[in-house]
Amino acid sequence: MSCYSLNVLEEEPLGDDNWGETTTAITGTSEHSISQEDIARISKDLEDSVGLDCKRYLGLTVAAVLGLLVFLTPIAFILLPQILWRDDLEPCGTVCEGLFISVAFKLLILLIGTWALFFRQPKADLPRVFVFRALLLVLIFLFVFSYWLFYGVRILDSKDTNYQGIVQYAVSLVDALLFIHYLAIVLLELRQLQPMFTLKVVRSTDGESRYYSLGHLSIQRAALVVLENYYRDFTVYNPALLTASKSRAAKHMAGLKVYNVDGPGNNASGQSRAMIAAAARRRDSSHNELYYEEADHERRVKKRRARLVVAVEEAFTHIKRLQAEEQQKAPGEMMDPREAAQAIFPSMARALQKYLRTTRQQQYHSMESILQHLSFCITNNMTPKAFLERYLNPGPTLQYDRDRWFSKQWTLVSEEAVTSGLQDGIVFVLKCLDFSLVVNVKKIPFIKLSEEFIDPKSHKFVLRLQSETSV
Amino acid sequence: NAFEISSLITILSYLISFSFQQRIEIHKLRQGDNLILGFSIGGGIDQDPTQNPFSEDKTDKGIYVTRVTEGGPAEVAGLQIGDKIMQVNGWDMTMVTHDQARKRLTKRNEEVVRLLVTRQSLQKAVQQSMMS
Repeated sequence: MSCYSLNVLEEEPLGDDNWGETTTAITGTSEHSISQEDIARISKDLEDSVGLDCKRYLGLTVAAVLGLLVFLTPIAFILLPQILWRDDLEPCGTVCEGLFISVAFKLLILLIGTWALFFRQPKADLPRVFVFRALLLVLIFLFVFSYWLFYGVRILDSKDTNYQGIVQYAVSLVDALLFIHYLAIVLLELRQLQPMFTLKVVRSTDGESRYYSLGHLSIQRAALVVLENYYRDFTVYNPALLTASKSRAAKHMAGLKVYNVDGPGNNASGQSRAMIAAAARRRDSSHNELYYEEADHERRVKKRRARLVVAVEEAFTHIKRLQAEEQQKAPGEMMDPREAAQAIFPSMARALQKYLRTTRQQQYHSMESILQHLSFCITNNMTPKAFLERYLNPGPTLQYDRDRWFSKQWTLVSEEAVTSGLQDGIVFVLKCLDFSLVVNVKKIPFIKLSEEFIDPKSHKFVLRLQSETSV
Repeated sequence: NAFEISSLITILSYLISFSFQQRIEIHKLRQGDNLILGFSIGGGIDQDPTQNPFSEDKTDKGIYVTRVTEGGPAEVAGLQIGDKIMQVNGWDMTMVTHDQARKRLTKRNEEVVRLLVTRQSLQKAVQQSMMS
């Protein structure tokens, strides 16, 4: 398995600035203590952001230089004879001048097309070179190089006087460039539009899964699509929700200890198998505990939620929007949305905090963010239910503050080369520090659709009688 | 010989146990303006044979006795529920519509009807009447 690094965000905030001085002493009581995970995270941020930036800028400069060269070539083809041997040239007739116009407009179209297609903000850093793009650049380079070669040998050296022929040569170059642009559109944009594969993405910590449909893409680009959709579709990763299952797992094996009575001879596999068998045979009532615990938790959450909804509804009844005419009448009592939010917030604060604690979401919402959201809802005439939508259920990762994401640096782990295309049965993993996304690729089945014609007049029915007559 | 006797016995038992035909003579009872026979019929070539609870073969479109009123002329004459009526006074009833069957049984100028009925074996009749 080969590992590559994939930077999704361009700038990484460093966090605590004192970390260089305090790394050796990691005690719980010191003021500037950071856990081991944070250190790993910060150091990874640093070393990766420096290395890949150079690569990205190099690629961009090469492409820009080549583009400029390509764009100026036809103009050079037309202008060079005029500059170098103007007197020998045949006069340019109407046909030739018509060709000037066509060159100009085709170049304009090419310029607009290239701007639309290629001049976009790069949204991600991919580990390997983008194969099709590189291929196209090489193709353009060879193409323009061969045109220059021919031009240099046959026209510049021999000082050809047929100006119309030279201009036509330049026009043919521009036509060919337009066709290469068409090829670029087909290869880079159109080919992957038709869905051919379905990807199943499963998060390793809680099993949340989604399906996405993709066309023919390379593995790294498919990974990019998956990550873009991850931030929108998957609920935010909450480590607080995983502690319950971890403690259960610890309890399963904690009750058994293995003693080797027969003497030395460390039979490790035999020991572990014996432990598993003993654990299975033991009358374990942990399933009971789980059931009652979950039922209890559900009831508690529902109760707190009911209290919260009532409190918020009541709070919202205390404010009323002033119409324009009323605004002049009572200037003293008027409040802007922020002040109105601050006025009604205390009445619902306790219920909201208790609910967030029960559902373990309290670290995702600070008081400032709640106040901001409240004033936003008041400004936009939202109902209490609309205000609560953000807090009742955990939302997608994009909804929360960037510090709480737990997922900024991604690594693509794959057994095949990441520039190879997707195929049925490929599995690759997108790892970040705390969890990973396992992606399974399946091909959309070949569908055989046949036709059956039903004549509208063929719908006929018959009565099924069952009568009984007495005689 | 033993062979002949045994074969005769098997034929007779076959005839007796599986299906035997019976001739039943019913004297109609006058009730007001009508002559009633005291039973109900179901079936016919225009009816749905699969809904007939008494027939063994569910494609049989013959006329079956679905109900026999207690103390009526049919019960007195020995007609039983589930009987298939094959003939009425010589008229064939195996390929008639429901209405034709009714008409043949309720002719106003006849006081006596002679039916030829077929009955499944007693055990099967009991089973079916218990199941329906």
